Amino acid sequence: MEKFLIHTGTAAPLRRSNVDTDQIIPAEYLKRVTRTGFEDGLFKGWRNDPDFVLNRPEYQGVSVLVAGPDFGTGSSREHAVWALNDFGFKVVISSRFADIFRGNSGKAGLLTAAVDQSVVEELWAIIEADPAAAVTIDLQAQTITCVGMNASFDVDPYVRWRLLEGLDDIGITLRYAYEVAAYESARPSFKPTSAEPTAAR
Amino acid sequence: MAARSGHTLAEKVWEDHVVRRFEGEPDLLYIDMHLVHEVTSPQAFDGLRAAGRPVRRPDLTLATEDHNVPTIDINQPIADPVSRAQIDALRSNAEEFGVLLYPLGSVEQGIVHVVGPQLGITQPGMTIVCGDSHTSTHGAFGALAFGIGTSEVEHVLATQTLPLKPFKTMAITVDGVLPVGASAKDLILAIIAQIGTGGGQGHVIEYRGEAIRALSMEGRMTLCNMSIEAGARAGMIAPDDTTFEYVRGRPHAPAGADWDAAVAYWRTLVTDDDARFDTEVFIDATAVAPFVTWGTNPGQGLPLSAVVPSPDDAADDTARIGIEQALEYMDLVPGTPLRDIAIDTVFVGSCTNGRIEDLRAVAQILQGRHVADSVRMLIVPGSARVRLEAHAEGLDEIFTTAGAEWREAGCSMCLGMNPDKIAPGERSASTSNRNFEGRQGPGGRTHLVSPEVAAATAVLGHLAAPADL
Repeated sequence: MEKFLIHTGTAAPLRRSNVDTDQIIPAEYLKRVTRTGFEDGLFKGWRNDPDFVLNRPEYQGVSVLVAGPDFGTGSSREHAVWALNDFGFKVVISSRFADIFRGNSGKAGLLTAAVDQSVVEELWAIIEADPAAAVTIDLQAQTITCVGMNASFDVDPYVRWRLLEGLDDIGITLRYAYEVAAYESARPSFKPTSAEPTAAR
Repeated sequence: MAARSGHTLAEKVWEDHVVRRFEGEPDLLYIDMHLVHEVTSPQAFDGLRAAGRPVRRPDLTLATEDHNVPTIDINQPIADPVSRAQIDALRSNAEEFGVLLYPLGSVEQGIVHVVGPQLGITQPGMTIVCGDSHTSTHGAFGALAFGIGTSEVEHVLATQTLPLKPFKTMAITVDGVLPVGASAKDLILAIIAQIGTGGGQGHVIEYRGEAIRALSMEGRMTLCNMSIEAGARAGMIAPDDTTFEYVRGRPHAPAGADWDAAVAYWRTLVTDDDARFDTEVFIDATAVAPFVTWGTNPGQGLPLSAVVPSPDDAADDTARIGIEQALEYMDLVPGTPLRDIAIDTVFVGSCTNGRIEDLRAVAQILQGRHVADSVRMLIVPGSARVRLEAHAEGLDEIFTTAGAEWREAGCSMCLGMNPDKIAPGERSASTSNRNFEGRQGPGGRTHLVSPEVAAATAVLGHLAAPADL
């Protein structure tokens, strides 16, 4: 996982509340065998609408999503985070996130920045007036700045630490490589391996 | 190992695998063997690829194809595109990451929980995981074995460890001797009926007592296999001479001095007299009789001599609604003797009852008899090796002469993921582990039974025990 320190990019306003994970990515995408390439399923139900914000030419290439309250409710599918990541989002800003979605995001390197709804409204006004406006999210300082606007955001301290360090669950365990190696060196020789045994046995 | 006291079997195996312990954090446990199949592994491998990580211990990882594979015409390409994609993904992942794979057609291919024990890879005192809830099967050897999710599969592939919070411990003591005609399957169905599908929640169950000691390894595997159906994370049985004799001489069993060291260690893997379990359950083996399920969860079972229950028998409203819904789905009328329930399809196989001993029990009953005209009977060995063994013993001839279909190895009709399914409204007697709605095919109705009951049912066309023949 890449370290997340500071991110600057353009943002799309998603003026909807209670966007659940079925809306983020429908169940039919759960049968796939890959962990990447879910961008085509992101917000599938809305993508055929030319007026949908992500279809509008002025919002191409966005990396920040500014959404209404209660983003990510419903099914626990990790695919919702993968789809947002695959589409190119680095940050979702909302006044409230569903717990499981937020947990999954932290593990997969997607920053969920929680702010007051007034900040969301202010951001919506700015990026709707000027879709090219750059938004900067500084995880170290926990601030969002955009065309003279400056606001702080909430993020779980443990998740913040992991994002700053670029550590996923596996990354954290890999920090204990020394302990794992020490354990391995003391394993009894009678423990089996999966290597095909020689005929001599 | 130092002398220990006050520990259960599960706690001993756990303690022997702690890589790192830190107050307030989960223990980091070492995983001795990671079994892999095609359904839950593709995204885990893809995650490794995305992060540029290797498999830490390919030599402690073993893959096989089971859930999606057809059990006839196995030389033909797999027809279903989703199944084929999962199989293809496993094959390319195994090659790319250096993991040994036993593919369809290999003599070692089979259901992952049949393959491990028969190779001697499953041994006492190990930690064994797989992205499959029936990994609890391997606990029959005194291993701590449990199912994990895809993210955890990736974690084990990358690190050979898992961060885990301790499980609670439960003792299920089965005293007395199982009556003639009652098998390990009947026992576990009776246990689940008694403690419920949530009875083992959060626990590792240790099965103990006279009736457990008397079980063969195959019977112990059947028992531990269905621990998950009681809601438990794992099931375990302390290893003893029966265990050691089963492991001895198998391809991956320790040999020479290693064997002696291993057995000396394995003998320490018993619950200490002064150990305490979080929960204790007692079962009277002498009261166990052939047992079948009538409903849509494995806890909805009764002795074969009973009648279909009535919603009025329920202790509370929740239970009443549960019975009503199950009866409606199963299309059963309260008060009907279970023996009167006519069966369309009989399935013998799965990780619960697809081992050679199960096939022998079925053959013994089918010998000189014929499957009823109204019944389709499918007999599916748990592995290609089991299939060969059955051939060597002439069981295949008994099966086909009796009018049963004798298939190639795989998960088959246990779950609706491959061509072996039952049709909507069809009723099966199945030696598998789950009678959930639609489990064996959309709209299908499943009665869980032992291999012996399956065979007698196939002959008579209705739920029956060998004694009815």
